[in-house]
Amino acid sequence: MPVLTDNVAGRAEPRPAPGGTAASPRRRWWTSRRRDQLAGLLFVTPQLVGTALFVLLPLGLVVWYSLHEWNVLADTFDFVGTDNYRELVDDPKLPGVLRSTLFFSVGLVVFNLALALLLAVLLNQRLRGTVVFRTLFFSPVVVSLVAWTIVWGFLLQDNGGVNGVAGAVGLDGPNWLRGEWTALLSVIVVQVVKNVGLNMVLFLAALQGVPAELYEAARVEGASRWTQFRRITVPLISPTILLTSIITVVGALQVFAQIAVLTQGGPGTSTTVLVYYLYQQAFQFHQFGYGSTLSVLLFLIVLTLTVVQWRMRRKWVFHEQ
Amino acid sequence: MNNRLPLRARVAIYGLICLLAIPFVFPTWWMVTSSFKPVSDIFAFPPSLIPTELSFSAYRRVFELQPFAQQYLNSAYIAAVVTVGTLAVSSLAGYAFARIRFRGQHALFLVVLVGLLIPSEVTIVPLFQMFNSVGMIDTHWPLILVPTLGAPSVLATFIMRQFFITLPGELEEAARVDGLGRLATFWRIALPLARPALGAVAIFTFLHSWNLYLEPIVFLSTPEKFTLPQALTQFVDAYGGPMWDVQLSAASMTALPVLVVFVIAQRQFIEGLAHTGLKG
Repeated sequence: MPVLTDNVAGRAEPRPAPGGTAASPRRRWWTSRRRDQLAGLLFVTPQLVGTALFVLLPLGLVVWYSLHEWNVLADTFDFVGTDNYRELVDDPKLPGVLRSTLFFSVGLVVFNLALALLLAVLLNQRLRGTVVFRTLFFSPVVVSLVAWTIVWGFLLQDNGGVNGVAGAVGLDGPNWLRGEWTALLSVIVVQVVKNVGLNMVLFLAALQGVPAELYEAARVEGASRWTQFRRITVPLISPTILLTSIITVVGALQVFAQIAVLTQGGPGTSTTVLVYYLYQQAFQFHQFGYGSTLSVLLFLIVLTLTVVQWRMRRKWVFHEQ
Repeated sequence: MNNRLPLRARVAIYGLICLLAIPFVFPTWWMVTSSFKPVSDIFAFPPSLIPTELSFSAYRRVFELQPFAQQYLNSAYIAAVVTVGTLAVSSLAGYAFARIRFRGQHALFLVVLVGLLIPSEVTIVPLFQMFNSVGMIDTHWPLILVPTLGAPSVLATFIMRQFFITLPGELEEAARVDGLGRLATFWRIALPLARPALGAVAIFTFLHSWNLYLEPIVFLSTPEKFTLPQALTQFVDAYGGPMWDVQLSAASMTALPVLVVFVIAQRQFIEGLAHTGLKG
């Protein structure tokens, strides 16, 4: 797992001799070390300024705002300490929102990773035509997100395509977007089908890196295909499983457009995930203070999940050595 | 390898793959074909996979109801500027973090990495307030500046750094022998070698900008300034119900060009993404 773990300091790089051959004695102070110092700082300046201005400053501000009662329409901005956080605990809608966020994220991650792995294993069988299928499974990734969502909204109507197909095989499909559980399931499926191609491709690359001799050896010892998969494939691609799960979890917590277009968070709060709730509070009810409090909550959840998953890698990610 | 699987297993796998492919292919197909159907046929049952008569009226209405050509242009130029800008910012920073030694490097890299932990949704309220205070609400600036310099470009910088680290150390030596400075080394040697990584970053960045939805609906309020994702949801009748045929036509026009480019260059797309930076 080289990502994030390798260190700048660990990388040996040839250092130019002090003074450099190109520098004349007259300008010896202008060494290649100084030149690198300047070049390095200049090269990273745009990214640094951007991070400071558009990431760190807003992060500080959002914490500051969360300590204020701030209604944009009424033009009030009063320091209220931790009142918003108390309101958070008492908010009667919040348990429902957190429950939806949890079910949505867990459902999305489990379904996405399982399907991605299944597709990758199927396409890794070296059958003819797999490149065509790989293209087909990946294609929703490049379809405009809102366009994709609109089409699914259309297909999931009571008299839409999904129920048309269900009816053709004698099933009476529900009105998908109007039932609490079916709406949640619909949003998950729409999102998984849209993006599973990315994880599938990462898994395919990982599967192709598993040495074939390992399977030979396992076959000689009479291991079934399922045992081979569990004992060889899964451990060897576990770094990719970790990486994709982190990307997918964080991505799940950012899902907004699909919900805004398909269900507007309903019915009830069954599909109101945290990002959508924060949007409602801040930009529909104009509560910037409380919206900021919800943003802080979202940030803490993302941070905790990332750290926990990163810690977990020591426990179950397989390392060669 | 091919003959290792018995025929029955191969047929079973093909069957399973085809079945699984339906939800991936059918929606796009349905979107494009339905957009040419007269409204009365869209919900017809059984659904026809190919329109029996071609109707372009929905396409005409897309342009009558919204300044759709302008909105198309908005999305295209914003995505282009963001992509070029991100490539510049992230390749410079990625190169410096990977290959130049300078004081403060580790600390600065950690600062930048914080951006990976903060989804832009978290900072949307203060960003709105910041752009509001400098009079940039209802302009395209937030949609250009934040992705190019903020959290999304941090991921790009990270990918570029991971790539530049893998280049051989002789790179700098050869450049020094030739008397090249840092900028020339970067521009003439490192950057041309980084083409696969740049391609992956460009694809990611373009799609990200093209799909942006929360930011446009927060920052923009004039239809002439809308981007495509925002415009697509505006085709509603007097009761707020969606005008399906018009929406599907607009959606088709939004999705098809990118899809066509993808199908033509699918190998570069997929393998570039799989083998660059993100590979664990």
